[in-house]
Amino acid sequence: MSSATNPPVESFRLSQLIYDTRYRSITIQVVAFILILAGLFFLGTNIVRNLSELGKDFNFAFLSSRAGYDINQRLIEYSNDSTHGRAALVGILNTLLVAFLGCILATILGVIAGVLRLSKNWIVGRLMTVYVEGFRNIPLLLWIILIFAVMTESTPQPRDFRGDNPEASMILFDSVAVTNRGIYTPAVQFTNIIGGAEASSLTNWLVIIALVVGSIVAIRRINASATAKQEATGIRPTTWYINLGVFFVPLIAALLLMGAHLNYPELRGFNFADGIHMRNSLIALWFALSLYTGAFIAEIVRAGIMAVSRGQTEAAFALGLRPNRTMNLVILPQAMRVIIPPLISQYLNLTKNSSLAIAVGYMDVRSTLGGITINQTGRELEGMLLLGLFYLVTSLVISGAMNIYNNSVKLKER
Amino acid sequence: MTKTPSFVRTQMLDPKDPPLGEKGIVKWIRENLFSGWLNSILTLLSLYVIYWVLAHTMPWALGGIWNADSLSECREIRDASGIGYDVACWAVISDRWHQLLFGFYPSELYWRPILALILFGVAIAPILFDTAPRKLLIVTAIMPFAAYWLLWGGTIWGPLVTALGFVIGWAVLTYGAATLGALGATIGAIVVPLVYWLFFAGSLSGALGSILPIGIESVASDRFGGFMLAIVIGVAGIVMSLPLGIFLALGRQSDLFIINKCSVIFIEVIRGVPLIVWLFTASLLLNYFLPPGTNFDLMLRVIIMVTLFSSAYIAEVVRGGLAALPRGQYEGADSLGLDYWQSMQLIILPQALKISIPGIVSTFIGLFKDTTLVVFIGLLDPIGLSNAIRADSAWNGIYWELFIFIGLCFFIFCFSMSRYSMWLERKLNTGHR
Repeated sequence: MSSATNPPVESFRLSQLIYDTRYRSITIQVVAFILILAGLFFLGTNIVRNLSELGKDFNFAFLSSRAGYDINQRLIEYSNDSTHGRAALVGILNTLLVAFLGCILATILGVIAGVLRLSKNWIVGRLMTVYVEGFRNIPLLLWIILIFAVMTESTPQPRDFRGDNPEASMILFDSVAVTNRGIYTPAVQFTNIIGGAEASSLTNWLVIIALVVGSIVAIRRINASATAKQEATGIRPTTWYINLGVFFVPLIAALLLMGAHLNYPELRGFNFADGIHMRNSLIALWFALSLYTGAFIAEIVRAGIMAVSRGQTEAAFALGLRPNRTMNLVILPQAMRVIIPPLISQYLNLTKNSSLAIAVGYMDVRSTLGGITINQTGRELEGMLLLGLFYLVTSLVISGAMNIYNNSVKLKER
Repeated sequence: MTKTPSFVRTQMLDPKDPPLGEKGIVKWIRENLFSGWLNSILTLLSLYVIYWVLAHTMPWALGGIWNADSLSECREIRDASGIGYDVACWAVISDRWHQLLFGFYPSELYWRPILALILFGVAIAPILFDTAPRKLLIVTAIMPFAAYWLLWGGTIWGPLVTALGFVIGWAVLTYGAATLGALGATIGAIVVPLVYWLFFAGSLSGALGSILPIGIESVASDRFGGFMLAIVIGVAGIVMSLPLGIFLALGRQSDLFIINKCSVIFIEVIRGVPLIVWLFTASLLLNYFLPPGTNFDLMLRVIIMVTLFSSAYIAEVVRGGLAALPRGQYEGADSLGLDYWQSMQLIILPQALKISIPGIVSTFIGLFKDTTLVVFIGLLDPIGLSNAIRADSAWNGIYWELFIFIGLCFFIFCFSMSRYSMWLERKLNTGHR
């Protein structure tokens, strides 16, 4: 007969804090917490002591004082009378501009190169391998400087365009001038500006963007109703001409009403005037970032396509799907799941790499807020803090969006 | 036995050759280059691009001038020879290669970095290739101190006394276990060397130095430059960031709330901000975080920053490897009764690290390429030196030759790293995926 004995009432011993796995994790965390606090306290007191020794305080009032320097590439109004805060904003917009342009071009280049690298054509595959390996194994900084050197050294000066028999001429039907000071392209301008002649054309652009978004929404609804009809009756109504009409008719009408026209760049004096002036620094940075990131994206695209097993294609063919629909319904959705997360982290890398603008003198946020503003005001601590925060928030927003996407397409497992 | 009629062959004929278009090189060309109209167009286009690029670069590069003292002399030689096109002036490389490789390191001491590089090659062999003799690991252990002494010079006692700290820690861990218990020995192995380094190492090396002044000429950090600088920063960053990154990854996967959150914050903050901002922080702000009056070498700051930066990336790569392991591996380790560190060391990390090799190596390649960014805080990496060379009136206006040389060197380093990782991946691939 077995007798049940009550387990002895354990009294808590100090050694359990170390040897008992129930308490050890708490001990470790408390020790770690104390060590981290001590470290932070050490850094904090050092900062306070150093600041007081230098006779500085910690405030952000410098953001509202006069900047006193010029920024040559800007998206919003800015003059040297504006504040440091405004200068930082100009820099932020410049960073976002080059990052946005770079992401678009890098995606295009990367997808083309990635698909071509898988092509059966031997020579094309090799060429793309050379492109990918060349850009992946040579520092981005070198590419930026190199492309900048090409743009400034081997393009004609504006004065070469002058005279009856000029050494250089504008390309694309006399509309684009490639000079060593940058590229001049035609600009879209409006004769009828919403809100009177004094207002900026921003409202016009907003109206156009709203129209485009509206048309896209309308087209999606038309397609959805067509699909519904197809599922009900088996016959898909033809929609492409309606879609084209919905997209282009309102847009063209609006452009005509606003009096949109192209403003061509023109040689005046020593330089080109009118049109859009894209400085060499922007172009070099843009191309270098795109080519460099494009090489990485090419590898991602290639890996994504190769990750979809051949059996999927064969099964789709066996079901009688045509190659076009096989691609759209079977291959791409699976490849995208592999491609999108690393693709977005490449976009993030591109955004962070745009801080290499310093090499070509493009005025991004690091050059305005983290460069000239710091030098002029002597506020290293505050300036670097804001700069770091800007990059941190940008990456957290992008990676947060990525996580949401990841969770939505993730294979559901146990 | 039936008689074979005389018109019937008794021997087999040799098979006929396939038609000309279906064999050998012609078939290969038809299948790989001209298999359809689109492919044919692509092939012709690629051939034209290759021809165009080669036609524009080859005469320039191959006809280059190797012997001249300045760019103007190069141009004179070119004009005198009467070739109608521009040619490269490789003379800048033959004139300044030592600067691009060593920076302003004293030329009579070049043997020291070269010896350090050879030593590094020997030390890394047993890690990279398992066919190398295991005894070489001794070289690996003394390599960091030997390389430091060779590169910076000075008294031999500094590195020796520092190395002694590790020996003390090891001794405490091995022989202290009997008296202090395993946990006490581990804590002692961390605390005793720290106390030794902080309070005794300096005076000890000073005392030894005054008794036995053995040393070689010391070279200050600001004389380092070129690829030597890139390799020193890159290798130091790689060697130190790997263990740090693994610990961070373990911290991020850990169940302990505070450890986990601290690792996450550290990793995300480091990864969210570009390296260039961190480098500026190191050069502008570090003095704010240290006790007043302390100041240390810019190069050391850069190495610390680069290490922290890439350790966050390594941590993410290793975390990917840890997450990719099936849960059964963790559960199996637990069911064997292994404790946390044993299961990590024996079961989890060997597999997780194997999966993460490609990512780790590409992080290292990125780190090595990123060493070029130190030019912005005033260190003379190859790109900084190319600016310095151009600032000399003799070579003012020379771009391509320098860029091509630098790019080629980087390409060789990075490409061989990535090839090594592919080889290792194939070798370690045990086939079950």
